[in-house]
Amino acid sequence: MPSDREGLWMLAAFALMTLFLLDNVGVTQAKSFDDVRCKCICPPYRNISGHIYNRNFTQKDCNCLHVVDPMPVPGNDVEAYCLLCECKYEERSTNTIRVTIIIFLSVVGALLLYMLFLLLVDPLIRKPDPLAQTLHNEEDSEDIQPQMSGDPARGNTVLERVEGAQQRWKKQVQEQRKTVFDRHKMLS
Amino acid sequence: MESEQLYHRGYCRNSYNSIASASSDEELLDGAGVIMDFHTTEDDNLLDGDAASPGSNYNMSNGGGAPSSTTHLLDFLEEPIPGVGTYDDFHTIDWVREKCKDRERHRKINSKKKESAWEFTKSLYDAWSGWLVVTLTGLASGALAGLIDIAADWMNDLKEGVCLSALWFNHEQCCWTSNETTFAERDKCPQWKSWAELILGQAEGPGSYIMNYFMYIYWALSFAFLAVCLVKVFAPYACGSGIPEIKTILSGFIIRGYLGKWTLMIKTITLVLAVASGLSLGKEGPLVHVACCCGNIFSYLFPKYSKNEAKKREVLSAASAAGVSVAFGAPIGGVLFSLEEVSYYFPLKTLWRSFFAALVAAFVLRSINPFGNSRLVLFYVEYHTPWYLFELIPFILLGVFGGLWGAFFIRANIAWCRRRKSTRFGKYPVLEVILVAAITAVVAFPNPYTRQNTSELIKELFTDCGPLETSQLCQYRSQMTGNDAGPGVYSAMWQLCLALIFKIIMTIFTFGLKVPSGLFIPSMAIGAIAGRIVGIAMEQLAYYHHDWFLFKEWCEVGADCITPGLYAMVGAAACLGGVTRMTVSLVVIVFELTGGLEYIVPLMAAVMTSKWVGDAFGREGIYESHIRLNGYPFLDAKEEFTHTTLAREVMRPRRSDPPLAVMTQDDMTVEELQATINETSYNGFPVIVSKESQRLVGFALRRDITIAIENARRKQEGILPNSRVYFTQHAPTLPADSPRPLKLRSILDMSPFTVTDHTPMEIVVDIFRKLGLRQCLVTHNGIVLGIITKKNILEHLEELKQHTEPLAASWYYHKKRYPSPHGSNGKPRSRVHHVQLIRSFQDGWGGRGEDSEDEEEVGLLDSSNL
Repeated sequence: MPSDREGLWMLAAFALMTLFLLDNVGVTQAKSFDDVRCKCICPPYRNISGHIYNRNFTQKDCNCLHVVDPMPVPGNDVEAYCLLCECKYEERSTNTIRVTIIIFLSVVGALLLYMLFLLLVDPLIRKPDPLAQTLHNEEDSEDIQPQMSGDPARGNTVLERVEGAQQRWKKQVQEQRKTVFDRHKMLS
Repeated sequence: MESEQLYHRGYCRNSYNSIASASSDEELLDGAGVIMDFHTTEDDNLLDGDAASPGSNYNMSNGGGAPSSTTHLLDFLEEPIPGVGTYDDFHTIDWVREKCKDRERHRKINSKKKESAWEFTKSLYDAWSGWLVVTLTGLASGALAGLIDIAADWMNDLKEGVCLSALWFNHEQCCWTSNETTFAERDKCPQWKSWAELILGQAEGPGSYIMNYFMYIYWALSFAFLAVCLVKVFAPYACGSGIPEIKTILSGFIIRGYLGKWTLMIKTITLVLAVASGLSLGKEGPLVHVACCCGNIFSYLFPKYSKNEAKKREVLSAASAAGVSVAFGAPIGGVLFSLEEVSYYFPLKTLWRSFFAALVAAFVLRSINPFGNSRLVLFYVEYHTPWYLFELIPFILLGVFGGLWGAFFIRANIAWCRRRKSTRFGKYPVLEVILVAAITAVVAFPNPYTRQNTSELIKELFTDCGPLETSQLCQYRSQMTGNDAGPGVYSAMWQLCLALIFKIIMTIFTFGLKVPSGLFIPSMAIGAIAGRIVGIAMEQLAYYHHDWFLFKEWCEVGADCITPGLYAMVGAAACLGGVTRMTVSLVVIVFELTGGLEYIVPLMAAVMTSKWVGDAFGREGIYESHIRLNGYPFLDAKEEFTHTTLAREVMRPRRSDPPLAVMTQDDMTVEELQATINETSYNGFPVIVSKESQRLVGFALRRDITIAIENARRKQEGILPNSRVYFTQHAPTLPADSPRPLKLRSILDMSPFTVTDHTPMEIVVDIFRKLGLRQCLVTHNGIVLGIITKKNILEHLEELKQHTEPLAASWYYHKKRYPSPHGSNGKPRSRVHHVQLIRSFQDGWGGRGEDSEDEEEVGLLDSSNL
């Protein structure tokens, strides 16, 4: 059943990645109106102050002559003025940004909830379990050894299996915590 | 006897064969952190606890569907023993054995290939799995890097304000389409609201400044707190930069869970939070760790890699290249980084795979386009102004600065980390993070150069002043003709100097906090600030003294002859070089990062100088120093061994120790075997012909013996404590009434590496490095005298270091006391540390301590016992 979990994880990871890539591809195909810009920065010239022009243009048309409108200088000065301007064509994908931020925030939110659950609710549910308590106040966890109660992962129902997997995971994290925070053997 | 040895050696392949096919137990192999019950790692002496059932600590589940109905002895011989050939947590792998295993597996697949179409497909899958796994790794690390970049940018700007029209945009994206931006204030637009504007309704004035200040600190603290909590609750291994540990893992060490799923997830999430909290850290080192986690997780899809620790390390090498590739947008630099800095074993095949992984990762990141500029990196410079020969002098001076900074940083940071490791102060990781974050936020906000994101600061420093630039750094008196610095430049200089001091101090205390923290960006920022200051000073010098003979020839009045941005670039490279002691990969990374191909020579000069200067103060880079501080068993392939000791002097047992613990090939009983195992803590035992002849037959690992005995108990009938154990091909002749003997030949390594007692240590160390041995037996006339393990060699090296450099050492410790005003540990400190260091080697990872490293140290058995 670790392979079950493994599979589940892989699936989730793949789903996330595909979502990410698909989203990306989809966006590049149907470029939304907001997602391209041609930005020209023109420095001060004679008595005209500097200016920034920001338009939606295709890459081909992204030059000073198209973007700077109305032209602040008379016809014969246009070339000199435009030589100073710098035009850049830029793309972005608002969808990617939105999806990324939403994924990120939801993962953080889920982790936060789970963390609160582990720290507050879990110890209340199962008082006698030494494991949960040590998780709660790990400062004095050094002497409390989690007992190996056979193999908790070999449950029959899905719930038991999940439970077993969770216990096993908790044990590992506790072990890691001891190594890193209490004994300072690693990563100090 | 001699011929018998040969005969046995011929069977070596057989024994490997069975080991290779033995590792079918998925559960035991789950190095991603899941299983390998930590129980065993806890008290390394498996057997100290309950001597009666030595195997009970192992998770002996018979995974992988191995047929379990067979109880016949013969069948048992064919059947692999699950778990044999795997490793415990915090143990060192045996590269030779792993490679042998892989060759055997390969041969088997090749021979079966022609049998059926299915087998053929399987062989194809196997042949391609290397490329597949690096492709997947590249894809995943590219995608994750994109996620991290976008999220970190957004969260970082969240400290200033929000985008009301679309909450998910950062400041720049918020004003992306705005037409209201002006030339002077190009990042202002009505959609973006600072917190003061939102809460107080006014954008200017002291009230709003204080409001913004408060919100900045508030967000910085909450991000830092969240990050350290997540790390502490879910994945403690996710903290730090990860590169020292990855180096150790790649050199053949097992740290279960270090590259697992939870570590990956928590590191990704908390990296974003840590970067956004404004702490003086970067995301590059952790990204390498993230990529390695991806590589490790994907390698579970492919049996070729999941079941072979040495092969898995090839994937990890490629993954670390992908990590740097996405961190800096420097694919080639990533490959070279993997080669120069992290990898231990790097064959050509791995080079190509790293190249490919770096390519895929960079491609994915490029298509995600996180910075919206169609480039992989934030700092791309576009100037192509030439540099002059004379400028090499300031470049070299920058190199000297980089080397000094590197040496100082390593000393100070290691001293601080040692204090954290050895005093009570290390007991409060959360508090420490909060404190550092608070100080950073409070000090950073008033100075615009420290308030902004560090990578944006580097970008600004790298950019050359032109008519389009409006930043304070570019306020020269006459825009068109001269480089006469205006008041803006002078005030910028002051702020930069303060920023430099601030960054130097904060980085020392930040690296090593219990949040993901990289070192590259802060080091580069320090170098870039120093470089820019030097650059502007040079520019002013050239402006006011253009008639000096130095400047006369190439610096005419009014001409742009010095590019301060270039100095910033060189300074950044020099500082990074001083800290990490990289050379080739660093120069390649910097020029890929900036696109400045013309500036390779200045970069090389500065990096080389900084390495020389840094090496003069201590040969180790920051990563090696951290490896040593933590006492990881890492045998550096770069270090030279120049002593004249012999194998005899290093081997265990020492003269005063009890004799070597050995096993005989056919006259021990199960009981005796267990007694031997129980009485010692060694991880392996030489097998000899008999007490009388003492000739070497092979080597058996403790773990394998334990597993095999337990397995036999459960599956074979008639195995009693007084059953005879034999390692030979045929069972010894036994009295008629004795119980059925137990054959353990399949777990015996028939070709252990041996050297004679007179082999110079120079050669032994070389063998260990190049072949990646775990242990080596020392013989004399074919008789086993002792054993040398990797740990013995590390101890020996450490010992020699202490002996040969007493002067340097005392100075070293003296210097180390430098940053101690932050603690209360008084005079005896240097001695305490001295002891501490050695102890960390002796029981940190090993021996009889709590976690046994590969310590097949030899002990000895009473001959009466045999």
